[in-house]
Amino acid sequence: MSHNLLDLAVAAKDFQALRVIKNVRFGINAGEVVSLVGPSGCGKSTLLRIIGGLDTSYSGKVCIKGEPPHLHSREVGLIFQEPRLLPWLMVAENVAFELGRKGRHHPYVTQLLAEVGLSDFATAYPKQLSGGMAQRAAIARGLFTQPSLLLLDEPFSAVDAFTRRRLQDLLLSVAGHHGTTLLLVTHDVSEAVYLSDRVIVLADRPGRISGQVIVGEARPRDRRNPQLIRREAEVLTLLNDGTNAFFDLSYDLASAPTPWQAARLSSLNFAI
Amino acid sequence: MSEVSIPASTAVVASSRFEFKALIRRVQGLLVPAVLVIIWETVVRAGWVSQHLLPPPSELVTTLADLAGNGTLLGHIGISSLRVLIGFFIGAGLAVVVGAAVGLSRRTEALLDPTFQALRAIPSLAWVPLLLLWLGIDEAPKITLIAIGAFFPVYLNFVAGIQNVERKLVEVGGIYGLTGYRLIARIFLPAALPNLFTGLRSGLSLSWMFLVAAELIAASSGLGYLLTDGRETGRADLVIVAIIVLALLGKTSDSLLLWLEVRLLGWRDVFDTRPS
Ligand SMILES: Nc1ncnc2c1ncn2[C@@H]1O[C@H](COP(=O)(O)OP(=O)(O)OP(=O)(O)O)[C@@H](O)[C@H]1O
Ligand SMILES: [Mg+2]
Repeated sequence: MSHNLLDLAVAAKDFQALRVIKNVRFGINAGEVVSLVGPSGCGKSTLLRIIGGLDTSYSGKVCIKGEPPHLHSREVGLIFQEPRLLPWLMVAENVAFELGRKGRHHPYVTQLLAEVGLSDFATAYPKQLSGGMAQRAAIARGLFTQPSLLLLDEPFSAVDAFTRRRLQDLLLSVAGHHGTTLLLVTHDVSEAVYLSDRVIVLADRPGRISGQVIVGEARPRDRRNPQLIRREAEVLTLLNDGTNAFFDLSYDLASAPTPWQAARLSSLNFAI
Repeated sequence: MSEVSIPASTAVVASSRFEFKALIRRVQGLLVPAVLVIIWETVVRAGWVSQHLLPPPSELVTTLADLAGNGTLLGHIGISSLRVLIGFFIGAGLAVVVGAAVGLSRRTEALLDPTFQALRAIPSLAWVPLLLLWLGIDEAPKITLIAIGAFFPVYLNFVAGIQNVERKLVEVGGIYGLTGYRLIARIFLPAALPNLFTGLRSGLSLSWMFLVAAELIAASSGLGYLLTDGRETGRADLVIVAIIVLALLGKTSDSLLLWLEVRLLGWRDVFDTRPS
């Protein structure tokens, strides 16, 4: 099957002796929103790095609009798992990094900073931001550039639940407005289902695709839509290797020695 | 009324105590030198040390006033500062250019770095006779020596700064399509700026050191010459005055660089114990 924006077939990706990815293939059409979910360490960030052209030592074939990914291409933008703001630039200059120093007065910068709730911090340096604020600034920077394909690596994991929902809707509206295709890594299954047209589920050791869930709901979506909840359950099942088993740790905990015993007050003896 | 006035007066006391503390903090650095000067003066006055070898501070003040009065001191300061300025700019400027080339390109590094490491091992004063032979006894050998002194700290720190730029930040530049000189200007140089400043500051202090070395050996003006002159005419007061002026000049020029550093590198997230 051929997709018109991204065609990815990574046969193998090794870090030294460790095979991190084995036989992962998927494609994305222009305008789609696709999520990658999977256990920690299954190679999601590595896949994004390959698509972004940051990692070229893999075997397989990846095509973006028919060309292999290369760094410095303006087709692909990437919001990293960490903020990666440039510490010597003010927040507004970071957001408008694409335009150079003169870009910080661009009206879109002001607008984006307002949307991510950082209007008052346009002239602050990254050291003055909290972790979540830095991540929001990084999201604004990622949205400022308008690539055809925007890769997002757990973009909202460091922000509070309320802001997260606002940012999710912001992301969808910005992407919809500019026709940006999104490939998003997340650990939050309901986020994946709410945002995406398709959720690709990965399994680990080595990283491979364990299945795909298609979310066929029209946007704007209602977060309480039972169809979405059903899709979430499907994703969770895939994440659990096709079973709905849940981890019962009570036996392990009961058999483990208690490290600390509360002293019974009655056993204490106060000599008066 | 008294309930109201009590907190008010404590506040006043507290704030005046605070100002007093701030004053103490500001002048405490002068305490030790002041005590030393007093001891020095008494020891010499009491005749325990020869006045000829260790002139008392009061006499130094007279000497300083004399030198300043007839304009000679200003002349010496001017010529010495000019030498340092020119030598430092040449040395540091070359170091920035060569350091950038070596730090940014593995091939240039393999080609040039061993040579510079070997040159660095030469004790700098060993250059003096050669420079005198080659360049005569004019300004050229002095400025060259100062430039050599300024070169190495700037070069070493700048190369280290460029080579230690975080991969994660370079990747950001790559994602934004930066290559070549634009990647260098927008990622590598700003990231290496803190190291560059460390190098510039130690290069500047070495420049002053090498200035004295150069002027001690062959000069007819400048603060180093004043030192030689004082020794040859047996005037310890001249020597000490020259030393003090050198210390002040070194400190002033370093403070200028520090000021620039604070202005340009305010973005750094460093642990800073200085009171704000
Ligand atoms: N530079 C590296 N050198 C060696 N091993 C690496 C490197 N980067 C990643 N790995 C390994 O590759 C595997 C996948 O890493 P990756 O960062 O892609 O995981 P991830 O799916 O993004 O995990 P998370 O959800 O925790 O971010 C991990 O097992 C990790 O140990
Ligand atoms: Mg990751």
